[in-house]
Amino acid sequence: MSADWPILSLTIWLPIIGGMLVLAGGDKAPNITRWLAVIVSVATFLVSLPLWSGFDPATAQMQFVERAPWIATFHIEYHLGVDGISMPLILLTTFISILVIIAGWEVITYKPSQYMAAFLVMEGVMVGVFSALDAMLFYVFWEAMLIPMFLIIGVWGGPNRVYATIKFFLYTFLGSVFMLVALIYMYFKSGNMEILGFHGLKLDLTEQILIFIAFLLAFAVKVPMWPVHTWLPDAHVEAPTGGSVILAAIMLKIGGYGFLRFSLPITPDASNELDWLIIAMSLIAVVYIGFVALVQQDMKKLIAYSSIAHMGFVTLGFFIVFIIFARTDVTGGAVLGIEGGMVQMISHGFISAAMFLCVGVLYDRMHSRMIKDYGGVVNSMPWFAAFMVFFAMSNAGLPGTSGFVGEFMVILASFRADFWFAFLAATTLIVGAAYTLWMVKRVVFGEVANHHVAELEDINKREALVLGSLAIAVLVLGLWPAPLVEVMDVTVRNLLAHVAVSKL
Amino acid sequence: MIALSDYLIVGAILFSLSVAGIFLNRKNLLILLMCVELMLLAVNMNFIAFSHFRGDLAGQIFVFFILTVAAAEAAIGLAILVVLFRNRRTIDVEELDTLKG
Amino acid sequence: METIYLAIVLAPLLGAIVAGLFRNQIGRAGAHWAAILGVAASCLLSLYVLKLFIYDGQQAFNGSVYTWMVSDGIRFEIGFLIDKLTVMMMSVVTFVSLMVHIYTIGYMAHEEGYQRFFSYIALFTFSMLMLVMSNNFLQLFFGWEAVGLVSYLLIGFYFKKESAIFANMKAFLVNRVGDFGFILGIAAIAMYFNSLDYAEVFGRAPQLKDATIQIWGGTAWSLMTVVCILLFVGAMGKSAQVPLHVWLPDSMEGPTPISALIHAATMVTAGIFMVARMSPLYELSETALSFVLIIGATTAFFTGLIGIVQNDIKRVVAYSTLSQLGYMIAALGVSAYAAGLFHLMTHAFFKALLFLAAGSVIMGMHHDQDIRNMGGVRKYMPITWITALLGSLALIGFPGFSGFFSKDAIIGAIHHSQLFGAGYASVLVTAGVFVTALYSFRMFFLVFHGEGPRHFESHHDAHDEHGGAEAQEHHDVKDEPTPHESPWVVTLPLILLAIPSVVIGWMTIQPMLFGDWFAGVLTVLPEHDALGEVGKRYHGQIGFIQHGMLELPFWLAMGGLFVAWFIYMKKPALALEIRTRFDWLYHALDMKYWFDEVYQFVFAKGSRALGGMLSEAGDRFLIDGLIVNGSAKVVDTFAHRVRRLQTGYLYHYAIAMILGLLLLLSIFVIA
Repeated sequence: MSADWPILSLTIWLPIIGGMLVLAGGDKAPNITRWLAVIVSVATFLVSLPLWSGFDPATAQMQFVERAPWIATFHIEYHLGVDGISMPLILLTTFISILVIIAGWEVITYKPSQYMAAFLVMEGVMVGVFSALDAMLFYVFWEAMLIPMFLIIGVWGGPNRVYATIKFFLYTFLGSVFMLVALIYMYFKSGNMEILGFHGLKLDLTEQILIFIAFLLAFAVKVPMWPVHTWLPDAHVEAPTGGSVILAAIMLKIGGYGFLRFSLPITPDASNELDWLIIAMSLIAVVYIGFVALVQQDMKKLIAYSSIAHMGFVTLGFFIVFIIFARTDVTGGAVLGIEGGMVQMISHGFISAAMFLCVGVLYDRMHSRMIKDYGGVVNSMPWFAAFMVFFAMSNAGLPGTSGFVGEFMVILASFRADFWFAFLAATTLIVGAAYTLWMVKRVVFGEVANHHVAELEDINKREALVLGSLAIAVLVLGLWPAPLVEVMDVTVRNLLAHVAVSKL
Repeated sequence: MIALSDYLIVGAILFSLSVAGIFLNRKNLLILLMCVELMLLAVNMNFIAFSHFRGDLAGQIFVFFILTVAAAEAAIGLAILVVLFRNRRTIDVEELDTLKG
Repeated sequence: METIYLAIVLAPLLGAIVAGLFRNQIGRAGAHWAAILGVAASCLLSLYVLKLFIYDGQQAFNGSVYTWMVSDGIRFEIGFLIDKLTVMMMSVVTFVSLMVHIYTIGYMAHEEGYQRFFSYIALFTFSMLMLVMSNNFLQLFFGWEAVGLVSYLLIGFYFKKESAIFANMKAFLVNRVGDFGFILGIAAIAMYFNSLDYAEVFGRAPQLKDATIQIWGGTAWSLMTVVCILLFVGAMGKSAQVPLHVWLPDSMEGPTPISALIHAATMVTAGIFMVARMSPLYELSETALSFVLIIGATTAFFTGLIGIVQNDIKRVVAYSTLSQLGYMIAALGVSAYAAGLFHLMTHAFFKALLFLAAGSVIMGMHHDQDIRNMGGVRKYMPITWITALLGSLALIGFPGFSGFFSKDAIIGAIHHSQLFGAGYASVLVTAGVFVTALYSFRMFFLVFHGEGPRHFESHHDAHDEHGGAEAQEHHDVKDEPTPHESPWVVTLPLILLAIPSVVIGWMTIQPMLFGDWFAGVLTVLPEHDALGEVGKRYHGQIGFIQHGMLELPFWLAMGGLFVAWFIYMKKPALALEIRTRFDWLYHALDMKYWFDEVYQFVFAKGSRALGGMLSEAGDRFLIDGLIVNGSAKVVDTFAHRVRRLQTGYLYHYAIAMILGLLLLLSIFVIA
């Protein structure tokens, strides 16, 4: 399907150009800057909406395709397109970006124009990552993403921000150079940079395993999977609220997206060979990280660790498919696993964003993220407490909220692979509830801990708007996930059909 | 008749002198600069010798270029030297170790 | 019809939303009207549907409301299955809920968060209805967790109280342990049946009777046993069976109305409902049934014992609830599903009644809950007294009262069962009757009879824990030194609940236990039909009573009643003497067999220690310290070494260049 006008390009470049405008506007009139940023982000969201309404869920083909030569000598093209996997993620990006801009409204007083511009550029680049169909274009967007994030943490971050940014940058960069090597290798084999072309590229097992590992390094860091996760808690703790939101809600998803777009279809046999590794890492993430989260003293760190545990479900769902394929006594389940992982990504986008925004609301008032500084927040901030408990419950995977859907699907699917996978994955029901509710108990409930808490003001309309729209998203997705599953269903089935065929 | 090798030997001697000057001289930056110029002259010597014996004028044209560049370089070098002296009150090579890792 | 079913579910939800979101606009009265109207509408419609089923031969309804999701060929639906079991549950739930709503007006009259409370209990009614009306496992789990959520919110209703917010977290987490098993059970069903719809699963169950599942190495387990036990773990959490019972006594931190509604009458019976609903599966696994039976019987007896030594009026009733839930579960274990459900229904009425009566006494005593301080309340609170008496008689199974029929049926069924563990269970549930009578009437005598309130003035201490609202109330009544009868909004529900507590057993034993009420809903294989054995000797209610009065349980109940009277009324000194003589037993009971302490140590402390260790040793030391910062350090050290080469002296560089040039040239020349 081709669009009358280039929706994807608009979604990418509108925020980037808007971001430049905001930057050029400077900080002389911060309110105009803020309004401009909001208008740009809302406009981008509106522009991206036709992706959903015009999307044809009956085909696994790329849609809204745009194609133009870019570096003709090397057969590198400006090639965009979306399918059922990337489209929901793009909408998630444009949706969350609005909230981030609004959330930083009056909180950011230091160079607001640069702050807003960084987020707008970030938005465009992230959409670019999700829609690029040319590996070179993908790589450019992939690396470009680091720059605004680096600045956001480095400029508006906490006291230990330099350590956190460098750690974040080096970790991510370490992974992505290996990916670049893999991409160049495949470029030499196939003569162009078409990602879809790579899918059909014949590779022998050694090549596949090396490429797989290169991709794994890049994506595992992004997701992040145990044991390459330690940049995330540091980055989250130091990042400003908006940075944490984007980081958790969208950037982590790029790792998961990468597994679906690159690792599985390009190296199906290597994925099959090494799935035990990913499954083990995912289950360790779920269980080990759950316990680590339990003892965190810093709210943001706790939520960061909980993000890692939740993303463990994503990778688990993606890689159990081979075990399910190998089992003869099981029918189906693979689709459930991948769709579960996808739903978990979208849902985690909402919930982690909401949790970080909740912490942000508290941090803006008290300038502390430590759990021990709080207690009895409900007494002075009842509406905030209602939101916080709601999001905590969805973080713990309460049915009726989106947090449940993905976990449920992945547990169902992993049971088909192996009883013990499901067993370990399901422990999150207990551990996840334990760390989330324990935090809620210590922060929200109880007697007013000190006079700072007593003087807290409840959320204002702006914060209520942000948290409220996320709450609605979480509820809708939890009560009726059918539309989301529907748009990705054909794409996922097609992907699985492709993955099931050996390339050897 | 003076053979090509004689010219080359002179060039080599000049070059060696200048090299030795660069790393034996530990006192004055000015001498260092002069050694660099001397090194260029040694190269020029070779250029001219080859140009003459092979009958190719391009070598001599090249020498003009080198001379021009060397002049410019000497001017800039001296200018830097002056600024350096103004700032540090010395042009003693032993003391100029800001590049130290 | 579908509209009516939808309305039954949505009316309380609407009430909850109005009472919760618009609490400031509609005020206190608006909130309770909104919630009560919603639940009343739901209750009336449920009773109407019940009438249709009883008199008009209404057929069961099984339909989908909307498709939640379709993935991988499995349809996840939200839908209703309305059959006679559901209708019975709906009627009980909405009726008890309505009573509790009305009661709350009086009980919570002076509390902060009045609107919030109404919003929660209406939401609870919605969730519970979703649970019982579900036609598939997904929605069952939805309701299952939703009632858990509301329970969490309500136990922590007094969110300033440390004990309350500890109790609600504990309740949620212990329930989550159950849900952990439950969701694995659902996953197993989804895997082997490729559907989560009850009808499809039950239809296919017989074909999978002998299916096996490999869990550990090469050993094959019976699929049905695994599924049933996993599902039952969920029931153990929700219905508070040993060893997951620890949350229920603590849940008494919540206000009394919700103890009556959630932690006695409805939510905790969800496990019983679920197992009964799954009877087509449970019938296929005798191992699972034995497991259920043993757990149930153990809970029935041992938690009852704890009830004897409790001094908090609500905790006595709470342990009584645990014990009665054990009876129901034990009944399920011997395939007497109908008896379990029958007891569920009678228990819902009389236990809600007892809790509400206890709440009424607590109000009368100005929020003192210690029964040692009470006594002689009868003369101040006659209505509470008579209703509590009726409730207690129903609880101990006094002939003719509802509890008599249900409990006798359970004991009879267990007695006739051939299942492994039935002998053990039989002894325990029979002995449990004595224990039940003893703790019930110990409480009853200590509270209502004897000399007037023993320590009425001492309620100051108990008071301060409760926070501002009650303190305010306390000041209002300072000049009134005696307990007082509660207002009509409190006594009316007591009376309305007392009626079914007395008569419902008589009225419904015939159709529910021995008739065809549950035909087509519950599955009982002929070889498991212990209840059928009891039914062979059933010749009308009178005959059942006459027969029951010749049996051991009746005499045990009378014995318990007499012992309670003798120890606590006749010779109060005896109680102390017995306690000193059996000090070890008293201690074990008083400490509730040390479950809490062990759990606290092993799970709470243990997991925190594990987390701390993983965080410190794993993340911080191994990954961050050794690998991440370690590699940075290696680079750093190396660079520090290498920088020495960089002297900053031009002549060093020059000589390096020359030497390098010479080296390269010589390599070039030689090679």
